[in-house]
Amino acid sequence: MSIATDRRPDDAIVPDDAVTPPGGRPGRDALAEMRSPHRARAVKDVVARIVMWGAFALAMVPLVWILWTVIGKGAHMLTTATWWTGNQRNINSDDFGGGARHAIEGTLEMVGLTALIAVPIGILTAVYLVEYGRGRLAKAISFTVDILSGVPSIVAALFIYAVWVTTLGIGRSGFAASLALVLLMIPVVVRSTEEMLKLVPNELREASYALGVPKWVTVVKVVLRTAFSGIVTGVLLGIARVMGETAPLLILAPYTKNFQRDLFSGNFPTLPMMINQDRGDFALETAAERMWGAALTLIILVLLLNLIGRVIAHYGSVKK
Amino acid sequence: MSTLTGASAADELPGPDGKRPLEGDRASTGRLGDRLFGGAATLSGVIVIAIVSLIAVFLIVQAVPALMDNDANFFTSRVWAPGGEQPAFGILEFLWTTISASTIAMFIAVPVGVAVALFLTQYAPTWMRKPAAGLVDLLAAVPSIVYGLWGLVTFGPFFKPVQAWMEGALGWFPLFSSTGISGGTIFFIGIVLSIMVLPIVTALSREVFDQTPVTHKEGALALGATQWEMIRTAVLPFGRPGVISAAMLALGRALGETIAVTFLVSALSDGTAWTWSLFNGGETFASKIANNAAEFSNPSKTGAYIAAGLVLFLLTFVVNSIARVVIERRKAFTE
Repeated sequence: MSIATDRRPDDAIVPDDAVTPPGGRPGRDALAEMRSPHRARAVKDVVARIVMWGAFALAMVPLVWILWTVIGKGAHMLTTATWWTGNQRNINSDDFGGGARHAIEGTLEMVGLTALIAVPIGILTAVYLVEYGRGRLAKAISFTVDILSGVPSIVAALFIYAVWVTTLGIGRSGFAASLALVLLMIPVVVRSTEEMLKLVPNELREASYALGVPKWVTVVKVVLRTAFSGIVTGVLLGIARVMGETAPLLILAPYTKNFQRDLFSGNFPTLPMMINQDRGDFALETAAERMWGAALTLIILVLLLNLIGRVIAHYGSVKK
Repeated sequence: MSTLTGASAADELPGPDGKRPLEGDRASTGRLGDRLFGGAATLSGVIVIAIVSLIAVFLIVQAVPALMDNDANFFTSRVWAPGGEQPAFGILEFLWTTISASTIAMFIAVPVGVAVALFLTQYAPTWMRKPAAGLVDLLAAVPSIVYGLWGLVTFGPFFKPVQAWMEGALGWFPLFSSTGISGGTIFFIGIVLSIMVLPIVTALSREVFDQTPVTHKEGALALGATQWEMIRTAVLPFGRPGVISAAMLALGRALGETIAVTFLVSALSDGTAWTWSLFNGGETFASKIANNAAEFSNPSKTGAYIAAGLVLFLLTFVVNSIARVVIERRKAFTE
């Protein structure tokens, strides 16, 4: 009787005594045939379950493999003191060691400047899209943000090259590369800020208006403040995204092994370009070590930004 | 527009003077601060439009003179000899490599990415969902230059025997015939690209699968469907537009991926015979431009590379627009 409750409809036509045959009774084959659609469905279900778990495991393979490789080959470079204090001046590809401080400083300075330009534009654009925009202009802006987020980094770099170097005649520099990174960062900031602003409950705005507060003060002091932590998270993720970009640097900011803090003239040191430099001689143990060390440093910086962003998002998110 | 949270019922009412206040900004008071702030927000939006238009304009303007001087057919020629007295360049090889490598990436990344998304939303135990999704996102956080290094130093040597085996077993099929190139083939680049775009497919698919109405799922289960049948009849049809646009966005990323591909490609020497084999070398648009960044010496030479960049821009533009249209149509359908 308890069997009856979990029986599938297609079993119903099989008499009860036939479901649990005590031995080689005649008609068993016919029975199996009748039950097979059900069996096939159950098998398919199990196969699907295995495939999904398998897909996840498969996706984890490269992640673990990459991190394993980079940490295994680069970690010992990061434990040397000169790595954090020195630069690569007078160090040839077959010399051991040297520092990465010039590249770390350069990368941070470059993405800092990038954020300084991209963040206000990005946040204001998101404010326009959520708080002000309606009609055609808003649609057009939203569409172009999507297009911009799909622009390959190499195309952004070519565009800046076409404007900055070919048209204006100013040489390649760290600043030119920053401009290309701005193009890549704006859509990230816009989209994440937009999401956050949409989460701000409308009642807050209405309450503010009801107190006679002008719209712009409402946006700045109520809406943006409520969404603040989410916006910070979006900005950090945006910075993390552009930090590892290499193509714009390759075209716009040639590498130097020296300390260089001036973004506006001459070559500029960055971590991706340092990796690129040593990649040329990666058959040499000395260069390969530096290459992996710089790669690990870059990953650590990027993951740190991601982590901070997530922590802020976790503890300061807009509660629905 | 119902999605606009800044909208209020009061916006539609006339102001005290019987007129509506500022156009497009109806809750604002028309004070100086409002005008400035609203103006700044509008200006930022317009800047974004201007940037995208300028990208197209500048690339076109600087590509056209080089294209006029071009002796070869830009679309059907395989030579690349810009600069000099008789510049001749065509993009056929880059077009083939770019599209075939990205297609391979899609063939791998879309099924696996969707399966991972299904795992994260339907199969994984609840406690595991968030951390597992975080791990997949981590895959997106790894800079592409690191994928390049990994592919070059670690994964490349590992893949060589696999490729040799495939050439032996499937070599009768033109797409898999051996060309004597063992590293940095189109097929290998496609695999690396598939890993890089997988998180994009997964993240977006996960979002739409999560939105499947519970009533659809429970309805399917109540009719006796197994979990897989429920997914096939309720979750997948509901998520299809999201998956399509996710695939398109991933394709856009794969087409334009630069530095990892630049590290991995094996460039073909001039005059190599044409082959359909995926085990052939060849540069993509992005890698060709990146590899020759030092060569931007004179305008006609630079113009040739900018023309190649323009084609890449148009390709990604079309692909991303399709993604956008698919999403928009879905929105119109569900709202």
